[in-house]
Amino acid sequence: MAIYLDYNATTPVAPAVLEAMLPFLQGNYGNAGSVHSAGQRARAAVDAARESVAALIGAKSSEIVFTSGGTEADNLAIFGTVAASPKPRKHIITTAIEHHAILHSCEELARQGVEITVVPVRRGPDAQGVVDSEEIRRAIRPETVLITVMHANNELGTIQPIEEIARIAAETGVRFHCDAVQSAGKVPLDVKRLGVDLMSISAHKFCGPKGIGALYVRTGMNIAPRAFGGHAERDRRPGTENVHGIIAIGKAAELARQLLAEDAARIAPLRDRLEAALLERIPAARVNGDRTRRVPNTTNISFPGAAGEALLIALDLQGVECSTGAACSSGSTEPSHVLTAAGLSRDDARASLRFSLGRPTTAAEIDRAIEIIPGVVERIRALSPRAPQAEAAPAR
Amino acid sequence: MSELKLRPPKDPASGAVSLAAKAADGEIAATEPPSRAGAVAIAMSGGVDSSTVAAILRERGEAIVGLTMQLWNQRRLPQLQGDGPAPHRCCSLDDVYDARRVAEHLAIPYYVINFEREFEETVVRPFVDDYLSGRTPIPCTHCNNHVKFDQLLTTARQIGAERIATGHYARVRHNRATGRYELLRAVDENKDQSYFLFGLTQEQLARTDFPLGELTKHEVREIARRLAVPVAEKPESQEICFVPTGNYVRFIESYLQEQGSAARSDSGFTQIAQLGAPGEIVSTSGEVLGRHNGLHNYTVGQRRGLGLAAGHPVYVVALDRERNRLVVGEDSELRRATCEVGSVNWIPYEVPEGPVRATVRIRNRHVPAEAEITPLDATMARVVFAEPQRAITPGQAAVFYDGERVLGGGWISR
Repeated sequence: MAIYLDYNATTPVAPAVLEAMLPFLQGNYGNAGSVHSAGQRARAAVDAARESVAALIGAKSSEIVFTSGGTEADNLAIFGTVAASPKPRKHIITTAIEHHAILHSCEELARQGVEITVVPVRRGPDAQGVVDSEEIRRAIRPETVLITVMHANNELGTIQPIEEIARIAAETGVRFHCDAVQSAGKVPLDVKRLGVDLMSISAHKFCGPKGIGALYVRTGMNIAPRAFGGHAERDRRPGTENVHGIIAIGKAAELARQLLAEDAARIAPLRDRLEAALLERIPAARVNGDRTRRVPNTTNISFPGAAGEALLIALDLQGVECSTGAACSSGSTEPSHVLTAAGLSRDDARASLRFSLGRPTTAAEIDRAIEIIPGVVERIRALSPRAPQAEAAPAR
Repeated sequence: MSELKLRPPKDPASGAVSLAAKAADGEIAATEPPSRAGAVAIAMSGGVDSSTVAAILRERGEAIVGLTMQLWNQRRLPQLQGDGPAPHRCCSLDDVYDARRVAEHLAIPYYVINFEREFEETVVRPFVDDYLSGRTPIPCTHCNNHVKFDQLLTTARQIGAERIATGHYARVRHNRATGRYELLRAVDENKDQSYFLFGLTQEQLARTDFPLGELTKHEVREIARRLAVPVAEKPESQEICFVPTGNYVRFIESYLQEQGSAARSDSGFTQIAQLGAPGEIVSTSGEVLGRHNGLHNYTVGQRRGLGLAAGHPVYVVALDRERNRLVVGEDSELRRATCEVGSVNWIPYEVPEGPVRATVRIRNRHVPAEAEITPLDATMARVVFAEPQRAITPGQAAVFYDGERVLGGGWISR
């Protein structure tokens, strides 16, 4: 039986969520847009799910737009805000540690003539991996139409000062989007308290299925749609509703609200135990990212001298499943942009692993992982070639 | 150092349907393999040969893991993107996909390992450097020496596999009398790849299996079909893996353009490259006969593309890098009886005291010729052929054979 420690990559669908979904894949197959009774049943279920998702984040249900996931929500927020802005010249502020869904969207906008400022994060020893909100303030210009900063970083788990940034955004009249894909279900979210205009979440990070997410759009915020074909989601995101997915994210959101505090209380000590044991048993192991400002389930640790790729594979073969960097960038030769932005050398970034725990994680699993991991690191270090070669000139 | 035991392959009952079906037909034993402290990593390229190796070892019930090396990003050089589909590009998504399908079919653990940095440093740069310096390189041998049997072997050991197996047509044998590992030609002489493996050390040979060495290509395809390997009918790639179109000149031009002017001191090239600098074509007596359009376009022994109307066949005899001249001559001038080799690797023994009689290949497709090899020091040797040989080419390898045994080999310098 493998020990899964990669809950930031994805989570299992909770049994109650699966149970809630199934009827809508079986007898209850109506299109939520249809006038007849079958459609109305689907519509009612969608409405209820929307309320539930809104409740998870302290929003109104009219402020929820269902999407195919976090990436689409991020794209809709960014491209939608830029397109809706009347400014002739446009500027976006983001951070160096955002997910590729944000950064690649910004890169595409840069190709289209939008200026992008990528604000760095602190490199430690204090507040490593946390952005300085004053740097964001300094970057604001008359042309700035959007600030986009993630709530919790997927690799480090570090939590950004969203409320401070929201205040700055409000003072300067700039829209503020927050990618909360990695914080929903882990820490309480309240869009009013946070002060954001837009926020992305994704079901498969909090025990819902893959393929469904949501974008919070504050009442009065105007965003242009990205796709066309009808009036669903109040003209913000067309297409026949993914009814079973929406029901699922609704149920997952309900469970997250109910269980979040108790999950966090149980998971944080397990994470701490894993972290402490690895630091103790493995020479030169180092935790990356601020340890006080982070989600309760994540620890990112460098094992200098042990290449991450071999480490990851060796651990998988020994039954421990974790990751280096983000799931979607596996197999890349470039070290994690998040870790290098947080000040790690390229070699140390390549020698880092992310362990992320979840609702199903047990103490026995953690204890077993603690038994397995040090030996694997030791073997890899012992067999590593000598000092790393000087690197070839990077491509472009 | 702690022992790692690989998990046995995934349970066939929950894995690929085709595997269970084959088991029902009695074609593959669907039993749990016996646990073995020494597991084997298979270098899988997505081609028929390495895929069949995986199937053979799986059928034997060995604890195995499949590894594909990601060596070169085919999308990296923008100028080459429009060159049309090249189905057998190295580490293309298709090749990785094929290798993964084979692994899934066989229900074995499978991973892709990224060696792009190491490959660029130890294979691609020397490849470009050789051409710019007037040599004709053999990147496959450099890859074997520095990546496949070095980095990959290290990674295999790191993840718990003490040995690697590849789809090379060659054989390894342990000589009990001497205690050394020996490299032998493959049984299928037409497919023999021992020429590319002369650089393997004892440490490497001790940990390497070549399951195809005793088989003919025909037999390999038969086995692939019998074991229902998904790529059994896939055609073979003939080109250098990172230059799938075969147009190495375009590759070099694109690569140097990406690297910026190679005259920069930090480029790492041993020669300042003035790629494409035209120069003179001269006879062996120095008479100027015409113009060449860059030495990297030519190789020793080449006859076509010289643009000379001479009335009789004229061949490239040498690439004079220092004076940027292409030296041409008649067939007789193309034949020499001696060459010098460097970085010599000896296999069945350490550097011999005195001259050794052997047969020597100066190209992969070359009938080994009688010669005497005299070590000059620990790493250099002089080869004197009984008969002059045609087109001895700097940058190629001279590989020494004693019948089916590979005695060793080195890089032809002059």
